[in-house]
Amino acid sequence: MMHPSRLRQGDALRVAGAGLKARPLRAVLSALGIAIGIAAMVAVVGISASSRAEIDQQLQALGTNLLTVEPGQELRSGGTATLPAESVDMVARMGPVTSVSAVGEVDDAFVYRSDQIDELKTNGISTFAARPDLLGAVGGEIASGRWLDDALAAYPTVVLGATTAERLGISQADGSVAVWLGERWFTVVGILNPALLAPELDAAALVGWPVAEELLGYDGAPTRLYERSPESRVEDVRAVLPATANPENPEEVTVSRPSDALAARAATDETLTTLLLALGGVALLVGGIGVANTMVIAVLERRSEIGLRRALGATRAHVRIQFLGESVLLAGLGGIGGAALGGVVTSGFAATRDWPFALPLWALVGAAAATILVGAIAGAYPAARAARMSPTAALATV
Amino acid sequence: MTETVIELAQVTRMYPGNPPVHALRGVNLRVGRGELVGIVGPSGSGKTTLLNVLGTLDRADAGTVCIDGQDVSTLDDRQLSALRAHRIGFVFQQFFLSPGVSSLDNVADGLLYTGQPLAERRRRATQTLERVGLADRAHHRPNELSGGQRQRVAVARALVGRPSLLLADEPTGALDSESGASVLELLRELHEDGTTILVITHDHDVAGLLPRQVHIRDGHIASDDALPTREGR
Repeated sequence: MMHPSRLRQGDALRVAGAGLKARPLRAVLSALGIAIGIAAMVAVVGISASSRAEIDQQLQALGTNLLTVEPGQELRSGGTATLPAESVDMVARMGPVTSVSAVGEVDDAFVYRSDQIDELKTNGISTFAARPDLLGAVGGEIASGRWLDDALAAYPTVVLGATTAERLGISQADGSVAVWLGERWFTVVGILNPALLAPELDAAALVGWPVAEELLGYDGAPTRLYERSPESRVEDVRAVLPATANPENPEEVTVSRPSDALAARAATDETLTTLLLALGGVALLVGGIGVANTMVIAVLERRSEIGLRRALGATRAHVRIQFLGESVLLAGLGGIGGAALGGVVTSGFAATRDWPFALPLWALVGAAAATILVGAIAGAYPAARAARMSPTAALATV
Repeated sequence: MTETVIELAQVTRMYPGNPPVHALRGVNLRVGRGELVGIVGPSGSGKTTLLNVLGTLDRADAGTVCIDGQDVSTLDDRQLSALRAHRIGFVFQQFFLSPGVSSLDNVADGLLYTGQPLAERRRRATQTLERVGLADRAHHRPNELSGGQRQRVAVARALVGRPSLLLADEPTGALDSESGASVLELLRELHEDGTTILVITHDHDVAGLLPRQVHIRDGHIASDDALPTREGR
């Protein structure tokens, strides 16, 4: 018996590509819709991955082993509880604890740029008494000037948080600037960088513990403890922290892990990401309809080509594969362009924010799969129509 | 008698409609290997339907169609396509060459659905272009060729698979008389080399140059040179 009709795989690809090459402008325009959809989706995934990579990097640098201890509410009266003054030392005596420090909020001590400022304009700045080892425990950094070491802690000197310095309009910490704090002048000796794990320090003015007690009437009770231990022991420590910090009323102690809050903030961005991803999906759908439209027109225009191919020995399946292949190639062209565009947008956005560039492989694999699927669905009907066309009718049209 | 390439017995083809069109009404035809036959008739006589049925592009409603010994009514789409790929070559009035593609690759496309590798298809296309006298036009595109040259490329494409049967539908219909004559001359040369060729035409001058003429009118054979005494009309 006769050899069957046969179209080699390479030839099928060539035949599918020939249709696009014949009308390059049309191919580019109809691939553009797909490209925009894919670019949007890849960029959304890339940007959110880059943002997460940035947060991961920060957490890596700051550590996730910081726990904070705060007084909660008094159970009976409902008022604010207090931590005993010796709680810092008690926590420090726990075995796994590697460092511990504390701040204490000084009530009724407000900070003004000068003594001429209206008392009510406190700028929302609170005054904290800070222990000298605070910076090491929270991973804070000095932006300019110096920290409140043991020598300075006994004098009316102050270190400003990043937000505080901005609100007071102070950028210099060389000892030439003083602020009006608790009815006396305090010399600004340092300004902090934003503290990611202890954001409450950003809007604070930090003074030495002894000065706070002597000059500002501070009672010496810490309002927030910062504690670090090896990563593997964090949960153990967390369990016993309340009883250690406040043995008499452990239920009035709140323990939290600031790195969790940071990670949670990254997770809340996912709602927006999902929404934007869905928008990209709509663009992809519209692009797919564009491809289907182009293919329907191509089949109508190329009836005589279809007839000729049938006369040359193409089976219905060969004709179907040709147009389906053309549609998938068209969509794939858009997919490649879109993925590249999405990558460029991601890297540009990451660069302007000083983020690391991150584009997960699954996003690219997903984009490729999506374009093949869209191309196949868009081409299915036109290809079936081309395959069904009777050869005589196809040849009779010219 | 010589081996039979085409055998039609009582073939009818009707197109439904109002009124229905009886394109073929009981056609009998036998063509032996190596013949050059002209099917002559005015437009509407059913000659294009006859060509489509012979080329297996269309099916007969009744009667038997045997091409190269195969009863085509028993074949499915894949088998019919295989028959066209390997045994039948088509030449059309409008050439149907792919624009923007060289003569060589247009001819090589005649073997596209035989599954031969590209290099082999091109090698045979080169040989076939030589045979139709266009070796020097192998890398020209259709728009760089004259009408006669284009039709020669189309003939080469039909011929490249060494078909048992070459079907030409008004091959000179779109050409001036000089180009048309050169194409007919080519067909006569191929005939002398042993190719079986069927030419469909409405032009009696063209038909007059062919050794055997079959006249068709209103869907049946009006006269056939091969049967001079039996069919009196």
